[in-house]
Amino acid sequence: MRDVAVIGVGLTKFGELWDVSFRELMLEAGVRALEDAGIDGRQLDAMYTGNMSAGQFINQEHVSSLVADHAGLVPIPATRVEAACASGGLALRHAIIAVASGLHDFVVASGIEKMTDIMTAGATGALATAADQEWEVYQGATFPGLYALMARRHMYEFGTTEEHLANVAVKNHENAFLNPCAQYHLKVSVEDVMNSSPVSLPLKLLDCSPITDGAACVILAPAEKARMFTDTPILVAGTGQASDHISLHSRTSLTGLNATVEAAKVAYKMAKVGPKDIDLAEVHDCFTIAEIMAIEDLGFCKKGDGGKMTAEGQTTLNSAKPINTSGGLKGKGHPVGATGIAQAVEIVSQLRGETGKRQINKADVGMTHNVGGSGGTAVIHIFRRAD
Amino acid sequence: MSVARFWREIPSRYNLIGSKCGNCNKIMFPPRFICPYCRRTGKLEPYNLRKKGKIVSYTVVHAAANGFEEQAPYTLAIVELDDGPSVTTQITDCNHSEINIGDTVELVFRRMGQDGEDGVIYYGYKGRLLK
Repeated sequence: MRDVAVIGVGLTKFGELWDVSFRELMLEAGVRALEDAGIDGRQLDAMYTGNMSAGQFINQEHVSSLVADHAGLVPIPATRVEAACASGGLALRHAIIAVASGLHDFVVASGIEKMTDIMTAGATGALATAADQEWEVYQGATFPGLYALMARRHMYEFGTTEEHLANVAVKNHENAFLNPCAQYHLKVSVEDVMNSSPVSLPLKLLDCSPITDGAACVILAPAEKARMFTDTPILVAGTGQASDHISLHSRTSLTGLNATVEAAKVAYKMAKVGPKDIDLAEVHDCFTIAEIMAIEDLGFCKKGDGGKMTAEGQTTLNSAKPINTSGGLKGKGHPVGATGIAQAVEIVSQLRGETGKRQINKADVGMTHNVGGSGGTAVIHIFRRAD
Repeated sequence: MSVARFWREIPSRYNLIGSKCGNCNKIMFPPRFICPYCRRTGKLEPYNLRKKGKIVSYTVVHAAANGFEEQAPYTLAIVELDDGPSVTTQITDCNHSEINIGDTVELVFRRMGQDGEDGVIYYGYKGRLLK
């Protein structure tokens, strides 16, 4: 296998983008990534696009062809990848595999979701299709509901509190405040989170990531050719993916995601690093409890200590282990198919030292952690500066 | 939901028919078509699970799932059945404040929803506290 490097990244503004269409949004991120890499579209060999459900959100399937067409990239192979909210991370993984295998040299990994063209009830219904329709959704399960079941059990087993959960939202909104692309530029307090309206208790409105439009794109190249395009290529040091039962009730534990644990094992081994070596991570905080479980499952603290670690400020921008410097899904927004790619954009930008006011001091090794559904899929990538 | 899609699952939703593997003796719910432990050497047969179990976790859902708006707020729980498998189910016939992790429940037959005003009525199981 060949070493793979990221040579360009592009991100759109995240938010309720009513004046922009699906195809415009994807092209905006793509053009930014191409300009960042300084590569010509004619040099590209293949494209992978993460998208959860354009069919439900805008009545459009076959988006691989749509995007290649409007990007002027036909006839290169264009593939859509779907694994619910992990679609983006999975598209990135397949793009990496394509370059590592030697089949393709210059490959686009993109992600997009246009979620606000339908009403909120339609969007939450579309998201619920990532759960087991017959045995979870039939019973009245919602996504906040499934994560609330994990939160309640985590509180019961480890003494995690609603204030611990609130601290995740407070931190991620603070980070999003410094990210021009973020959906929210609004700081919230623990009291704001605690007093926000109930969604699925113990989760309240400000424990939940929003419904978002957005797109993201990265350009990959074989490491040996990366310096033709950039002085700061970022190496893909490790990639890991794992699956788990689709239904939460079928899993052995409700207080962590085994898919995360298994994917992390593979990614750490491939990158020859451990949790201590990770300088920063973008983790899948679709709900506040998800970030707490993620930092435990990734080995940044002991199982059960995630809430305490967060409340003590050990995951803020200025801490030793900054988590979700972009604002995360909570503050930056969560256009589901784009999220996995957007996480990679943040880590690459941090490792290059290009994130302005939210730039952390030591950024040599970074991680992305992207989850599909309530944990049926997890994809993890580890990135490293090439120098 | 199409009538056929609902009708296919009636035995499991009304009578809690799951699967038991004749090879490893594991009991599963909902029914499976391949034993995940034995795979092709497994021998799956229908198995009627006992309708009793314990609450492993619960949540009070205020933002209802589509079709459940009139029931909100409702309690959703994961119940570990005495036979081993766990199910996601609503807890019915009680105040939300009465529910605790570890409580014993029995699964009872209840109306779940309806396809519009003139559509099929869906039935299934909900948990009821045993005290």
